[in-house]
Amino acid sequence: MTRAGTITVAVTGMNAVPDNPGAGLAVARCLREARGKRLRILGLGYDALDPGLHRREYCDSAHLISYPGSGADTLFARLTEIHAAEPIDMLLPCLDAELPLMINLAPRLAALGIRSYLPSAEQLARRAKNRLADLAREAEVGYPETVAITQADFFRDCTRKGWSFPLVVKGVFYDARVAANVEEAEAAFRAIAAEWGLPVLVQRHVAGEECNLAGIGDGTGALLGEVMMKKRAVTGRGKAWAGISIHDDVLAGIARRLVATLKWKGPIEIEVMRDRQGEYQLIEINPRFPAWIYLSHGVGRNLPALLLSLAFGEKPGELAPPQPGLMFIRYAEEAIVPLSAFESLMVEGRSTREVAKS
Amino acid sequence: MEKDPAKIEGAIVLPKPDVLMRLALSDSGFVFDPVTGNSFTVNGAGLAILRRLQHETDLARIVASLCEEFDVTPLAAERDVIEFANLLRNAFK
Repeated sequence: MTRAGTITVAVTGMNAVPDNPGAGLAVARCLREARGKRLRILGLGYDALDPGLHRREYCDSAHLISYPGSGADTLFARLTEIHAAEPIDMLLPCLDAELPLMINLAPRLAALGIRSYLPSAEQLARRAKNRLADLAREAEVGYPETVAITQADFFRDCTRKGWSFPLVVKGVFYDARVAANVEEAEAAFRAIAAEWGLPVLVQRHVAGEECNLAGIGDGTGALLGEVMMKKRAVTGRGKAWAGISIHDDVLAGIARRLVATLKWKGPIEIEVMRDRQGEYQLIEINPRFPAWIYLSHGVGRNLPALLLSLAFGEKPGELAPPQPGLMFIRYAEEAIVPLSAFESLMVEGRSTREVAKS
Repeated sequence: MEKDPAKIEGAIVLPKPDVLMRLALSDSGFVFDPVTGNSFTVNGAGLAILRRLQHETDLARIVASLCEEFDVTPLAAERDVIEFANLLRNAFK
């Protein structure tokens, strides 16, 4: 803890864009709700136009960092530079692609006094899409049949092999598209392979309703503070635009088994489909908080605040019992940004409240 | 005459009791399922039947209770309950 009791947390994922928002801004909102001005929040982003970087009520200062593709040493150098200017007590990554690097850097960051609360590299790998079937089997969780392919030819005769349309075409790291026919599947394959590489995964489509669960794994196998949500409206990219809190002991049990199997440490989001028979099918596990995490504050289970307590070894506040029936509806609004703040981010890679006022 | 599939030995074939019990009913007719997150609306008659179905599965007793509270013949009440039970079964498949 630094500066007379004020904790400084650096949060990534400030790309709160409407169709596919990163979770960083929602995490910052949760932390601000829980800790108020006793917390200093540094927004870390990759683009000066990341909207969250310009919301001064949530981010006391904003910093650009290097893309994960630049490598661990480059990112470490940049974080060290930011840490020298504004000492960071905790780093809270919110984007999937950052996790391998952040986990790799965690010991070096800890040596600088920067805490984190992250899974191990092996835990992270075991929930990856290409190993999810094994994990689901081990945790005794339903999982739609999935096959890894390297050529779009698969779709030409897939119906003869028992793979009927619609199918879901997924990238190993990110992206998933429902394809209704051969043409759509081939187009999805090409787009995903170009962006995320090979192999591309093909999964049986589960008709039903998507439900998500967010929580925190304590690293010993326990799941803390689960919050469940059913999507009520989605963006063109399938991301939640409106949702409602739910509570199902069956889903909670599935999440507990997965977290226990992984001995997961850190934030986690479990995505499932509730099929027409009412059975849950595991779709994905994300190693971070979801963009809808502000709902956790709404239902009295502020998960980012809980994470902060765990990271600092504090006794967590009591969580409210599950509260189904609370909705969220996301909306778009414009942040007014002084040119000086944008200029500072572009030129110096850093913008503070003071710069924004000048 | 063939037996109504919704009616077995004076009881009504309904969604599972735990499903009906967990439904949150508002006086406005708004119904929320806290497990699935689904919501729907029912009219006054539907609400009256649904409230009874949460605690009672015996058709004769439900019909008697409805006739006591509303100006309705037993035959019409029974038809409404069976029809509504069918709707519920489809809604909670």
